Amino acid sequence: MTGYKVIGSAVQRSDALGHVTGRTEFFEDLNPPGLLHLKMARSERHHARLAGIDTSEAEKTKGVVRILTADDIPNNLFTPLKLIGVEPDDEPILAEGTVRYRGEPICAVIAETEAAAYEGAAKVVVDYEDLPAVFDVEEALREGAPIVNEHQRTNFFTYEGHHCRRIRFGDVEQAFAQADHVFEWRYQSAPIEHAPTETTGCIVVPQADGRLRIHSDTQACFFTLDNTALILGTPFNKLRIVGGTVGGGFGGKVDVVVEPVSCVAAMLTGRPVKFVYNRREEMQVSSPRAAERIIIKDAVMSGGRITGRQVTLYVDSGAYARHSPYGTTKAAAHLPGPYAIPNVWADCHCVFTNRTPSSAMRGFGVTIADFALESQMDRIARALDMDPLQLRLINAYRDGDLTAHRKPAEGTALIEVIQKAAEMVGHDLPAEFQEMSSWQS
Amino acid sequence: MAKLKGRGYASVNYPTGMNLGGDPSQALIHSTTTGTFVVSLSSVDLGQGLKTVVAQCAAEVLGLPFENILIDTADTDTGPHCMGTFASRGTHRVGNAVIMAAAEAREVMLAVAADELEVDPGDLETDGTGFIAVKGAEEKRIHITDLALAAHFKHGRTISGRGIFLKEQSTVVPETGEMDPDSCQAHACTVAVVEVDDETGVVEVLEMHNAYEIGRALNPAMVTQQVEGGAWMGMSHALFEATEPYYPARDHGPADFTEYLMPGPADIARQYSVILERPADNGPFGAKGIGEMTANAPIPAIANAIFDACGVRVETMPFTPERVLRDLDALKGTT
Amino acid sequence: MPSSVVNLTVNGREQEFLARPAESLLTSLRDRLGLMAAKRGCAQGSCGTCTVLVDDKPVMSCLVAVETIEAAEVRTLEGVADGERLDEVQQAFLDGFATQCGFCTAGMIMTAEALLAENPDPTHDEVVEAISGNVCRCTGYRAIVAAILDAAGRRK
Repeated sequence: MTGYKVIGSAVQRSDALGHVTGRTEFFEDLNPPGLLHLKMARSERHHARLAGIDTSEAEKTKGVVRILTADDIPNNLFTPLKLIGVEPDDEPILAEGTVRYRGEPICAVIAETEAAAYEGAAKVVVDYEDLPAVFDVEEALREGAPIVNEHQRTNFFTYEGHHCRRIRFGDVEQAFAQADHVFEWRYQSAPIEHAPTETTGCIVVPQADGRLRIHSDTQACFFTLDNTALILGTPFNKLRIVGGTVGGGFGGKVDVVVEPVSCVAAMLTGRPVKFVYNRREEMQVSSPRAAERIIIKDAVMSGGRITGRQVTLYVDSGAYARHSPYGTTKAAAHLPGPYAIPNVWADCHCVFTNRTPSSAMRGFGVTIADFALESQMDRIARALDMDPLQLRLINAYRDGDLTAHRKPAEGTALIEVIQKAAEMVGHDLPAEFQEMSSWQS
Repeated sequence: MAKLKGRGYASVNYPTGMNLGGDPSQALIHSTTTGTFVVSLSSVDLGQGLKTVVAQCAAEVLGLPFENILIDTADTDTGPHCMGTFASRGTHRVGNAVIMAAAEAREVMLAVAADELEVDPGDLETDGTGFIAVKGAEEKRIHITDLALAAHFKHGRTISGRGIFLKEQSTVVPETGEMDPDSCQAHACTVAVVEVDDETGVVEVLEMHNAYEIGRALNPAMVTQQVEGGAWMGMSHALFEATEPYYPARDHGPADFTEYLMPGPADIARQYSVILERPADNGPFGAKGIGEMTANAPIPAIANAIFDACGVRVETMPFTPERVLRDLDALKGTT
Repeated sequence: MPSSVVNLTVNGREQEFLARPAESLLTSLRDRLGLMAAKRGCAQGSCGTCTVLVDDKPVMSCLVAVETIEAAEVRTLEGVADGERLDEVQQAFLDGFATQCGFCTAGMIMTAEALLAENPDPTHDEVVEAISGNVCRCTGYRAIVAAILDAAGRRK
């Protein structure tokens, strides 16, 4: 008994009444008078120089109020993680001279109606000069590959002078030399969309005191506010974000992609502006979970003890960094999985390619790594003709074990969840495995 | 033609909090004149239930009914800073900040009650009903509404509190990867039972058994929501989802829900879930974050179940009928 | 083309308003009448978040040109509760933890209302079929199906 009164009890969700009555207010449920609509003209090429942008026909479209290009954005180049010290700024709000992925925003069309904004966007004529593009992470890292993003200088994100995020723990080469078995397999994933039922968007409303009130479905209000202020070059207190109720995020709504340009539009027109992704944009232009390629090589003794694990991991960041350098470090921190392996070597590459930038998504850095790591465990068990749960229990990390990133493990409970799952499905474990514990070595 | 059944396992851990830390969240709490406590935040509820769970934290610390708590979020003019809702940090960071704020407010609440009841604050207790009473002399008590009125109009005191949680930022040693990435780790083991149609390559997930260790289940019904919804998303990732189905080719990109497939209500597996608790020292009431991790174990559990069912080792996500069928054909030596 | 005058009965109230040519019922509800419960998730009939009842049938309001349903009776989630008293479906969703982010909820409940009006005692599979055009990204559907079955039981 915990003695708690409220903690541990299934109290009704405080937001549920609003949901079942339709009274919950999402950002798009605001309809300020004089609202303008913003839609993007986007790149149709994977990688191209912009030889010319002709907005003259678009401007003549009935209902179009104004068209924004890169010149209208005060600090056009940014990267969202600059707030925690990540450099360099590598992504324009609106394309400047070059487009680096199909779907990249080029011009923002502001109009009296959504239909007029779409029509205007369709009438923007862009003259492209195609540049060589690269789509595969390993091809992108080859000598002579076309450079995706000049601001990054290379097709990989640089970690304090290193071409990847490294883990070096023990001596894997020695482990391979002394192992009874060496297993090496590779795994691949494709980009995955968050697909929230509510798409990404915001409504910016100019206020009486000259400030801007931003109604947004951002997952991080101040993160969005601070990034937006830096892009606008305004004092931070010019902006106010109102949000907190989001129709599904899953990591897709922390990229700060709709608010800055909408604020510029509101400042230049003096009117409220809405920019909300349509479903197609949400699917193909909003950043997905990165595709990953993972190669795992293990040194294994005949009793099932894994003595060394070498992991080469490629995160496909797409054309810009966004949150992928962070996710790649998170992947490195997760290796070699929840197992006490004395020798670990990992190279985790954050790679730029000419595709939609990937970014945060529920568990990124870990989700795809777990697919690879736990498939690997199953294959090892089958190769050794061992029970897959016993193999995991033999190798499970426990309190006091030093992780590969050199932090003593605490609060571990891998053994207990395995034992519980075995019990749930009637998977018999021998007594010695049933008696194991995470907090006794 | 046959439907082949198999079972697969996966066990995982998952970190709580922004990787490497350095991600503070704040909470401010104050009592209205009639004893409702308003918790001011700028934190975002994506549907995971943050507003509910931090209200539970505040009620527990104050020793008041859940109904006495209002959550006011998210407005950057009125709510103090929060780094955001991501990295399974909301319950942990914001929960801790709210606990700290509520503890400070509770101290004032008891001090004012001690004045009103003419006793020592140390002799007072709360029982969750709304009364502050003298230990061992329950008839000597005051209701929070009367207390808040007295604090405001008689004593001139604000019953309020401030809270913040920050895990200091860790830097990575770039040569070795030495770092302190997380506040704690939650754990899960999923067992998936699948059926593979060897004529079509279609994989159906029949059952998912989920054992989770999450420190403390602050609201067990909402924990179950995360476990079930996450297992569904994991199954969806495993079998259906890709914005570029023939990655790295950029062709065939789905543009809407008729092309970007996910399991519908007819495709869901029977789910069985058990929650274990090993409270984390630094968690709010011991809680660890579980929002994100629930999609993780199902993916390899399904991959391993497919192998168990039909001998196909899927190495590329998603495990579409086309991929499974091609591998089945390769196994049989037919094309 | 000019706007046209459209008459509808919405949640029991007669409404007369101007609509642009080909304006969707969803746009009319949200932008003309201020009824925000129906959501725009895709605007192309593939997510179900905008589901409302037109003459008791569930329709995706983003696909209905409002001028084509002149004089119809429309019911939205705003018209389901009786004052502060929730109906059985709403109460079952509330009690059964069948909501998470809440964005699909209006469409789910309206679909369920249409199903239960026509078939007061549906089987599990009939519930599943009824909501198969409604996307939920959070819950995994089990709790939603259970809530609709629970609501049917409460109405008996």
